[in-house]
Amino acid sequence: MTVLRTSSSPHIHGPNSVPKLMFTVLACLLPALLAHGWFFGAGIAVHLTLACATALGCEALMLSLRDKSRMLFLTDGSALVSATLLCFAIPPLAPWWLTVIGVSFAIVVAKHLYGGLGHNPFNPAMVGYVLLLISFPREMTAWLTPATHSALHYDFGATLDLIFNAGITGVDAVTMASPLDHLRMELSRTHSMVEILNNGELYGRLGGTGWEWVNAMALLGGLLLLWRKIIHWHIPVAMLLALLISAGFFHLLDPGRYSDPMLHLFSGATMLGAFFIATDPVSAATTNRGRLYYGAGIGIITYIIRTWGGYPDGVAFAVLLMNMAAPTLDHFTQPRAFGHGERD
Amino acid sequence: MNTRLFSFHGGLKLVDFKAGATDQPIQQAPLPPQLVIPLQQHIGTPAEPVVKPGDRVLTGQVIARATGAISANIHASSSGTVSAIEKRPVAHPSGLQAPCIVVTTDGADRWCDSPTITGDDFPHLAPDVLRKLIRQAGIVGMGGAGFPTAVKLKPSGGNSVELLVLNGAECEPYISCDDMLMRERAPAVVSGARIMMHALGARQAVIAIEDNKPESIAAMQAALASAGVGNVSVRAIPAIYPAGGEKQLIKLLTGIEIPAKALPINAGIVCHNVATAAAAHRAVYLGQSSISRIVTLAGHVPRDLNLEVRYGTPVDFLLRSFDINPAQVSAVIIGGPMMGYTLHRGDVPVIKTCNCILVQQQGKRLPYGNHGAAMPCIRCGNCADVCPANLLPQQLYWHAHSRDFDKIQDFHLFDCIECGCCDYVCPSHIPLVQYYRFAKSEIWAQEHDKEKADIARQRHEFRQFRLEREKTERALRHKQKADALHAPSAEAEDLARKKAAIAAAVERVKTRKAQSDTKPRNVDNLSAQQQQLIDEVEARRKQHRRQRTERPPNKNSDAQ
Ligand code: SF4
Ligand code: SF4
Repeated sequence: MTVLRTSSSPHIHGPNSVPKLMFTVLACLLPALLAHGWFFGAGIAVHLTLACATALGCEALMLSLRDKSRMLFLTDGSALVSATLLCFAIPPLAPWWLTVIGVSFAIVVAKHLYGGLGHNPFNPAMVGYVLLLISFPREMTAWLTPATHSALHYDFGATLDLIFNAGITGVDAVTMASPLDHLRMELSRTHSMVEILNNGELYGRLGGTGWEWVNAMALLGGLLLLWRKIIHWHIPVAMLLALLISAGFFHLLDPGRYSDPMLHLFSGATMLGAFFIATDPVSAATTNRGRLYYGAGIGIITYIIRTWGGYPDGVAFAVLLMNMAAPTLDHFTQPRAFGHGERD
Repeated sequence: MNTRLFSFHGGLKLVDFKAGATDQPIQQAPLPPQLVIPLQQHIGTPAEPVVKPGDRVLTGQVIARATGAISANIHASSSGTVSAIEKRPVAHPSGLQAPCIVVTTDGADRWCDSPTITGDDFPHLAPDVLRKLIRQAGIVGMGGAGFPTAVKLKPSGGNSVELLVLNGAECEPYISCDDMLMRERAPAVVSGARIMMHALGARQAVIAIEDNKPESIAAMQAALASAGVGNVSVRAIPAIYPAGGEKQLIKLLTGIEIPAKALPINAGIVCHNVATAAAAHRAVYLGQSSISRIVTLAGHVPRDLNLEVRYGTPVDFLLRSFDINPAQVSAVIIGGPMMGYTLHRGDVPVIKTCNCILVQQQGKRLPYGNHGAAMPCIRCGNCADVCPANLLPQQLYWHAHSRDFDKIQDFHLFDCIECGCCDYVCPSHIPLVQYYRFAKSEIWAQEHDKEKADIARQRHEFRQFRLEREKTERALRHKQKADALHAPSAEAEDLARKKAAIAAAVERVKTRKAQSDTKPRNVDNLSAQQQQLIDEVEARRKQHRRQRTERPPNKNSDAQ
């Protein structure tokens, strides 16, 4: 006992850890993944496998280049979360290299070149997605409708074939834009909302067919995250409310030109964005008040881009734009410290 | 007194691990063959020895006297012979040695006589008399701070005291000494509360106990009822760590948020620990000085216990007496697992502020004892959620990490109470509190440096001034001599004018000195512990300057 081990307080630590956090997020993404697979076929499983392998490969490479502990960081699960989120945005029958390029860029450039875990100012998955959307707009917007999926009856082998042998040309005829994309294009051709929504199997009861279920499942997963205290309520609530209010306001002004707010809430990446993307702690605001502004900003920008912008979905751009604002928001929303006045 | 409870921001619900030590009564710890009694067991100046080696001492006899206003008497914890007065390792985070009086016990444990009062005297006593008895008894805050109690029983600066808060929250895991004290010695606590109220002139008192101690709450209520005191009440508070923190407790009970730079007394509130109150009772009514306390022994021990331990009892002796082989012990924490500190060696003595000894054995970990490898901060904000001071711990960490000591003070580093909540919840396992301590001590050291530089500058300026004065005086004398030859009548007038000129110069320099004399705020009122820290830091800084390394504080820095 002459030499005792000394350490600094506290001498105990809660059960929380980064891997635990990340794997809970992955688990909560499962319902949305299943819904995606159900409506759009097994393609996402193939892309997910590819994405995860690419993410881990890039992570390992960058960690050894940067001389960091691979044991510690490869197992933290953060690369897997980025990879999975990106997969939701990739059309299920898109060629394999699309996923590989997107994920590599997300991990190598958006994450590690900025300093790795905890240092990236932008959400890596969204950076990867935007890169793909800008560079490969045709491949990135070629979605099959759920109805086509079931009508085509292609099996898993065919899926693999399509993805790996660039067989997309064969299906080209039947692929079409995602519901939000379609809506935007049609509206710009001055079709009225009712005409568009009645026109085809793209739209379901709340949002785009299939997408409404992916969104509903993401909402479920998000509620699980809230319940497990992995995320705070501020960002999702602020974002969804802001989207609801902006969409509701314009819809009331002119229902013929502006779509139903429910369509906005349950289409595209809304719910995934609200609960899984905007809440990425590293790139979001960290004070509670800052989180409210941050979430609201994403909701509003999403609506603006969807309605008047040039891209089908605005969530990714909105998140990236607000990522830039996060440090400023944090600066101006510091909480009042115990025993200090408002401005002290 | 309203019965509403308020809340404070943050805090944690911790598994308390108190059941083991509370299912059996307090035991007497055996008397060691040698007591090693440090001269400083409190905040303030160390006591001066009044015995010498070879002297016979009785239990409770003063062996070292308080020096200065903030200090405390030290007594022989048992009768015997003073065998040495020398530096010995003491219980301190830095593992330093400090002067101690070593008493070889005779086993007879014979008490000396001390003045006491009786219950009949009590209402007529002047507060000063009570304070004097308590000061003589060497009582210091027993919750861990060790501030001399008598000083804290004197309303200062024209503040009158409305409310006395007796802190029986005991919010850290494992520690149950106050719980057991209240269960077994509730009347002593009530009596102590009345003594303290009388000394303070307080109108009411609240005994605050966490609601996970129903037995204590019942015992205190029963004691209050049988003593028939109406202006003291028991309040159950939620068991949220750190509800026992002074300012957090006051916020909980009254809703008053004591401003950062103020003391509770400024709001008419004074806080004392329940064990301190019981000690005051013993001093005033039984004439017993502060020579022992209840210590919780827990962790990897055959049985968790609460022990009445004489101050000066070496920790390893205590462990051996309760069937713990010191050779198997890997670490000992003094205090709780959240805010306690680890000992460097086992032969240090138990002192007045030691409420818990938490033992860890080789190859074992305490539950929740796993501090994994540190990862980068992922900005999750969990730390800010739990911070009872409502700070932004991740920002503090960020600026401590980049050694931006100006910025870190903008984020109120010095309001951090080092409770460890942020550290406990951090998913990245960053040793946050260690970073804050490092930043605080660096800032103290810097300000200390600056102070030294200021003194040097003042010395230089004074030398310049002296040289100049000597020159003028010399010139004056010459002139006087010359003048005396010519115009003796003008001499007196001229001298007076020159004198006035010199006086004005002196005055100017004085004011300038006074202006540059403003001390930086963080080095006012340093405790001895802090001073010690500063000295360590200074040594470290010297080394740093030589090495010019860019690494953060210590080995545990994150692995990013
Ligand atoms: S809890 Fe840890 S990881 Fe989370 S923000 Fe605070 S310091 Fe960073
Ligand atoms: S240690 Fe300091 S910063 Fe951390 S929670 Fe406690 S008071 Fe807040």
